[in-house]
This record gives sequence, C-alpha cells and structure tokens, in this order.
Amino acid sequence: MNEVLHETHLVVNGVPRTVSVPARRLLSDCLRHDLGLTGTHVGCEHGVCGACTVLVDGRPMRSCLLFAVGVEGAEITTVEGCRAAGGGLGPVQQAFQDCHGLQCGFCTPGFVTTITAWLAEHPDPTEEQARQAIGGNLCRCTGYQNIVASVLRAAELIREQEAAR
Amino acid sequence: MTTRTMGEPIPRREDPRLVAGDGRYLDDLGRGALAAAFVRSPHAAARVVDVDVSRALEVDGLVAIYTYEDLEGPMAEPLPLLIPHPRLHAGRTAYPLANGVVRHVGEPVAMVVARDRYLAEDACERIAVAYEPLAPVVGLDAAVAAERAVHDDVPDNVAAHMVQEHGDARAAVAAAPHRLELDLSIERSASMPLEGRGVYARWDAADRSLRVYSSTQTSTSVRFALAVKLGVPVDRVEVVAPDVGGGFGVKIVHPWPEEVLVPWAAIRLGREVKWAEDRREHFVASAHERGQRHHVSVGFDDDGRLLGLDVEFLHDNGAYTPYGIIVPIITATQLLGPYKPGAYRAEFRSLYTNTVIVTPYRGAGRPQAAFAMERTMDAIAAYLHRDRAEVRSANFIQPSEMPYDHHLTFQDGRPLVYDSGDYPATLDKIKKLVGWDEFEAFREEARAAGRRVGIGLACYVEGTGVGPYEGAHVRVETNGTVVVATGLTTQGQGHETAFAQVAAEALGVPVERVTVVTGDTRRFKYAVGTFASRAAVMSGNAVALAAGKVRAKALRIAAEALETDPDDLEVADGMVRVKGAPEREIALETVAVLANPLRYAFDEQTKLATQFVVGRGAEDPPVAEDDEPGLEATDWYSPVRSTFANGMHAVVVETDPETAEVRILRYCVVHDCGRLINPRIVEGQIHGGVAQGVGGALYERMVYDENGQLLNASFMDFLMPYASEVPKVETDHLETPSPLNPLGIKGAGEAGTIPGAAVLAAAISDAEGFFIDTMPISPSELWALREKEDG
Repeated sequence: MNEVLHETHLVVNGVPRTVSVPARRLLSDCLRHDLGLTGTHVGCEHGVCGACTVLVDGRPMRSCLLFAVGVEGAEITTVEGCRAAGGGLGPVQQAFQDCHGLQCGFCTPGFVTTITAWLAEHPDPTEEQARQAIGGNLCRCTGYQNIVASVLRAAELIREQEAAR
Repeated sequence: MTTRTMGEPIPRREDPRLVAGDGRYLDDLGRGALAAAFVRSPHAAARVVDVDVSRALEVDGLVAIYTYEDLEGPMAEPLPLLIPHPRLHAGRTAYPLANGVVRHVGEPVAMVVARDRYLAEDACERIAVAYEPLAPVVGLDAAVAAERAVHDDVPDNVAAHMVQEHGDARAAVAAAPHRLELDLSIERSASMPLEGRGVYARWDAADRSLRVYSSTQTSTSVRFALAVKLGVPVDRVEVVAPDVGGGFGVKIVHPWPEEVLVPWAAIRLGREVKWAEDRREHFVASAHERGQRHHVSVGFDDDGRLLGLDVEFLHDNGAYTPYGIIVPIITATQLLGPYKPGAYRAEFRSLYTNTVIVTPYRGAGRPQAAFAMERTMDAIAAYLHRDRAEVRSANFIQPSEMPYDHHLTFQDGRPLVYDSGDYPATLDKIKKLVGWDEFEAFREEARAAGRRVGIGLACYVEGTGVGPYEGAHVRVETNGTVVVATGLTTQGQGHETAFAQVAAEALGVPVERVTVVTGDTRRFKYAVGTFASRAAVMSGNAVALAAGKVRAKALRIAAEALETDPDDLEVADGMVRVKGAPEREIALETVAVLANPLRYAFDEQTKLATQFVVGRGAEDPPVAEDDEPGLEATDWYSPVRSTFANGMHAVVVETDPETAEVRILRYCVVHDCGRLINPRIVEGQIHGGVAQGVGGALYERMVYDENGQLLNASFMDFLMPYASEVPKVETDHLETPSPLNPLGIKGAGEAGTIPGAAVLAAAISDAEGFFIDTMPISPSELWALREKEDG
C-alpha cells in the first residue's frame, strides 16, 4: 500500500516551491508539515472556522478544503506572507496588536489573510462593513469587538502608508 | 520608558509573534515525529468483544497498534480521580484504552502509531472492533430512573450526593408570607477552544529522560501525573505547555488517555510521537459542561427579601468523574450571588450518563447558578409587581457587612466568605449604563412601531483566585534583562504582558526589559494551573513578592557599593539611586554582576565581578553565610481563601413578532475585579466571556439522541457565534480592591460568561411577557412557547 506521489509546484509567499505529495494531501497540511509554514492553523478541518484561510491567487480560501495538487501553479499567501516588506509586522498584523484583536492567537492567521484580501477591495470600510467582512471566521476568545476595531485600524494604517508613498 | 506600568493598557508583548504566524502551538512542533491516531467507540455503551488488527497491518508506514492488552502496571489501571471528595462516594474514571467496556461514543479503544497522521487514520479504519452494544443511559431522566446503570457497580447512577445548609431553609420557606417554586434547566455546551488538545513526546533513551509538550492548562501537574503513570522518576520528566490555542476549562483535565499514551508509546518505540486532536475527537472525547436541572423553593417577605431558599438540582457528569464534583459544588455555593438568602439549603445529585465527561467550562457551574438565582429574583419581582432591580437591591449584602460569611464550604474546601464588593454601587452603575429607568419609554416607542423589546438584568459574584498556591522566580541578568518564570500556563490571557507589568513595577525597571515564561517545568516546577480566574491573582502576587525580594537584595548590594543605607535608595528605570542625589546611581545590571562573585569572566560586564576586582573583607566569605549568589529570588503566594469578584449585566433584546428571532440591541456590563493590572486585557476577557455567554444562551448545545450519539459534533451543527451574532459590549468598571492579596486584585477570566443565560432569559421573558425557564433558547423554541402561551 504505497501511495503515489505527485510533484506539485506552488509559489508560496513569493517563493517557488516544489513538493511531492499524495493526491489526498490537504493544502493546509502541505503548507504546515511539508513546507514548515505553521502559521496557517487548522481548527476544524471542515471549512467552518476559517483559521486555515490562505490567499490562493489573491482570493481567501480554506486550505483545509483544498488538495495541494489541486492548486498546482497557484500563488499562495499565508499569514507569514502578510508581513511588511522589511520583515516587520504588516498593517493588518500591526492593527491586531494595536487593538488587542487577539487573545490565544490560534484563529488570528485566518483573520489576517481574510482581512488583507478584503481591505484591498474595501479601503475605507464602515464599522458595519468591517463586522461583515470577518463574518466567516470563528474566534472563541475575543468576542470579535476588537477584531472589528482591528479591521478599521488596518484600513487606516494602509491609507497612511499609501499617503506616505 | 516608564516604570509605572501597573494599571496601564499597554499592548501585548506576545502579539508580534502570534500575529505573524510565529506562534508555536502543539501541532507546530515535532515536524517529522510519528503520528498517533485513535480508534474510538461508535457506541455509547457496549462490551468490547474483539479487536482484529490484521487488515491494518498492511498499511504502509504503520509502526504500532496498541490495545488495553498491551498496557501494564500503572498504565493498566484507571486514570486518576483528580479531586476526590467525601461526598463523591462512587467516583469512577476511565482506563487509557477501553478495558472490555466502553461508556460513551468517542472512548478510545486502540491507538495506532504511524509515519504520518493520514496513514495512522488509514490503519484505524482497518481495525475491526467487535462490540456487543448495550442500552445506554442518556439524559438526566434516564439516569434518575436507573433502569440501566452506566457502571455495573453503581446501580442508581449516583456518583455523588451532597447537601449544604445554613439555617433551616425548608422551615423558613414554609413559614414565609410568600412562596414560589421554580424548575430551571440549562443544557450542555462545551469550552470548544479553536485548538483542540494535543501531545508531543520525546524520549531520550541515552539520558533516560522524557520531554512532553501538551496543550494543557497545567504542565506541572501533568509532569507529576506522567511520572506516576509511566514509572519515570519525576526529575527525568519535563512538561512544556507551548502556545495554547484556547482552553476555557477543558484543558485543565489531566492526564487525558492520550496524554499518557503518547509519551508511553514514545518511550516504548524510542521515537518521537505526536497526537493533535481533530475537531470531531474534541466533540466526543474531551469534555462538556453545563447540563443541570434545578428545583427552587423560595420564601420571601412583602419587599421581596429572601427568608428561605431551598435548591435541589441534578448534575449530569457524563460517563466518568475524573475532575470530581467541582462543578456542582460551585453551583451550590455561588448561587447566592450578591444576596443574603436567609436560611439556605442546596442539595445535589451528580449522575452518570453514557455521554462525554463533564468538567469545568468557563464559569464552571456559575452560569447555571446565576440562572437559577436570577430567574428566582425575576419571579419574585413579577409576583410582587415590583421593579426587578429593587427586589435585588433589597437582598444585597451591604459593603459595611464585608467580609460576609455564608457559613458554607466553597470549592477549595475553605469557608465561603466574601472579602469585598460594593453591590449597591454596581447596581447604580449598570442601571445608568443601560438606562434602566428610561426603558419603559423606549418600550412604548418600539411598541408603537410594531416592535417587541425587553430588558433584563443579572448579577453574579465569582470566587476567584483559588489556592493552594502559585510561585514565581525573578532574576536580573547581567545585561539588565529581567526574567520572570511562573509555573501556571497561558491560553491567551496575555501573561507575558501582565506579569511583566507586575514585575516591572515591583522592581523599578522598564517593562520592555522583562520577559516572562509560563507553563514550562524546566523553568518552574511547582504550580497548580490556569483555571478558576486565578492566574492574575495567584501568579500576579507571587511575581510581585518575588520581584520585591529581588529589589530588596538589589538595594542591599547597591548600598554597599554606594556606601549608603538601603533606606536611602530607590530603583527607577533600572537604576538604583540615592534619593535626592540621582547622580549617585548604579545600574541594576551592575548590581546583578556584583551579586555573583566570579572566578571566570566571559564578557565585559562579568569582568567587573572577578576576584581581583571585587571582594568583601579579607576575612569574609565572598558569599555571606545567609546570602546566595545572583540577583534573583523565588517567592510564593498562598491565600487563606478565594477573593470574590462581582458584576452585573443588563441587556436589551428585540424579538421578531413573526419569526421569534432574538436580536440583542444592547449588552452592558459593569464588573469589579479589584485593582487592574492591564485594563485592555481585562476588557478583552469581558468581551470574550460575553460572547461565550451569548453562545450558551442562544445557540450552543450538545444534542444527544436516545442512543447516545452526539448529533451535532461539528462546527457545521454546533453553532458557535460568529461576529454577526455577538453584540458590541458596553462596559463600566468598579475597582474594589481585595484585602486578601498584596496587589488587591481579583480574577476576571470567567466573569463575562456567567450571567449570559440569566440575563438573556430575563430580557426575552420581558419582551414576550411569559417566563422562560430553560436555556439555551432557539427561535423555534421561542416560537413554540408563544404557541403554548396563546393556548
């Protein structure tokens, strides 16, 4: 009972990577265990909690519902790839610290990736819109109030950065 | 850079790591370790007739399969009953792997170890277990009826029976001018952290030592338990709680079957072994809480003042009782809230059912207690046609009556004595915050617009900071860094920040210089754990005491160096200075160097402390007889009893006249947890607590069918609230210091959750005009109640 392995090519956080994985290897497990990018977390393995959300060609997707072989050639952005260019905290990450938007931090990577993608299309959200934007991710610690604040703060940080350019 | 840090809402110091994906949670460790997976019972009650592994042996990458037959010595005995109690007369615990009988769906029957988790699960699927199913006991009715027993030697299914009484409550109720009887129920829910349990073990065969990482709320106690179970000397066992993705109570239970089996297998195989729980496993094989049914008899006077309160309740403890009867004891004692009950009697029976074990979940028996008490207050107010706040006020313990002795025994075996609190002031604040007195005008306005709204109020008192103790070690390094270690664990409470604030203030250094380690037995061996809103109180005070000792030693050494008296010195911004003559100063890192007379130098700093540079008198030993080298100290905090925080929640709801959907319009919280270390962290705890309270009141429940199958064991079906379900929380604070500890703090972790079911039941009842006695409540249940009310 030896499994057939498939050579799969991904561009993860801008870096081309090649992995040999069985067809059933989940993208979440591939990122975490084959590539060592453990920032992507697995909370339910059935696509509900959103902790495993990564960006596939810029769109947020649940990496626990995707096979690694199924995204051959895709550009993947994980929470590790949401940092600032210099390696410091990216605006969404910084906003989470500024607003106490996390407690245990386990769900946070999925929020960071989701919000990063959403803010790219909604640069100046209202509080209500910010709350809707995070409506597909579960957090058991914060009660979401400070995550909503983090979305608004991240939008502000991004606008400041762009104004400074 | 300021040394004034206590009470400041500084950003969390753990966050940069966690937001960037650099956290280290259990399953982020041990890349390349073998993976364990478990064959679990699909039956709620069955005899295990045969386990046939032959087909599993073909799986490539299989390393080992274990069943009960493979266990020996202490591993073949039942797991420990962690908290024995004289009233727990029939406590029972599980074996690590089923010994011929399974008593709930999810109980582990066999363990597989393989090259990775996929292969381990392949092998699990190929193991054929032959069961002889038995009729299960599901629900409190079946447990009480006892037509069948969960444990053959406990024919009535009663694990524990306990009565606590002060005064003659039944006589007082009978003699009271007014009496009411109420039946009040709460259903099962669960902690449900986003990270499940997990264990990763490394056995060093040459060193004969074991290191175990566990996603636990108590690493020190896991260490001692493993030493006993595995027969490894305790000094050869290290247990580390890495970053932990939430606990909320469930991870205080230990040692779990998986927590002993994974290290046991690692030793047997001489290989690293890891198990990370999946979500379904967490639903069926960890722990639940909350399921209780209460009968209240209350007698009161014309003002609604309690004269006698008699509460009997049934507690569903699931299949085993590893954590004793802590939850029902807490209900029985914390039910009293901020009130004087007159004569009081609480009696409970804790009953076995063929379901997942029941152990504390945030609030731990208090949400049920607050529900029973607060619904009773509402019922009294309705009966007397009085304002609900007024009836509560008439029963409050007054600040002048503190400390207040209830003459009962609390969960820690200590007298139930409230230390401080100002309940009338708390009530004033919550009424103002929510606009209690103006609500009728709003109701009329809403009614005119065809809308149905209601308001509710609920109070609680929470015993926090239970003993027996916590300790801390504080050390100043020769580079000026201050390293703090405490043994209890962290699951999101921000201890790296809060304890750094405590140490920084007590020592007089900038908080940026302090680093904190928790939950690592390599760094601190004695501790109890993080639960019962105790970490800030217990380790916070231990850190302050240890840092105070370090400061005293620094002053003594600096006084010698500066040729002055320690009383004339102060420490600020990491410098020891002569008061009023700040030019005479010495840096704390230099004091640290002087504190450790050296023979060998290894950097510029340590050159200053070698034997040809410094030395006490020629006839004095370099380290005085009553001294120790190093600028460091350990100290302990052990309180005589718990400290009691309190709070009140008020909520405004709107119920849809057609769909019976419940919408929360306002959620207001006033809480008093004594002096705050970091208000931002406390506020976050309140927000998160409220979210769980709301979840428990409106959405979350464990649905077992008559066969003992958990029907909603997934996030698709167990409805944890998303951002769309959790209201914005409005908060206000009181700070009534605890007289019991040096920092004057009380716990805050569970507070937000406790009155959730009570306050929402009250508000929905108020909107609907009929009494709600069972929570949680769904729109369809509310709709059915309306139908019943309409006749």
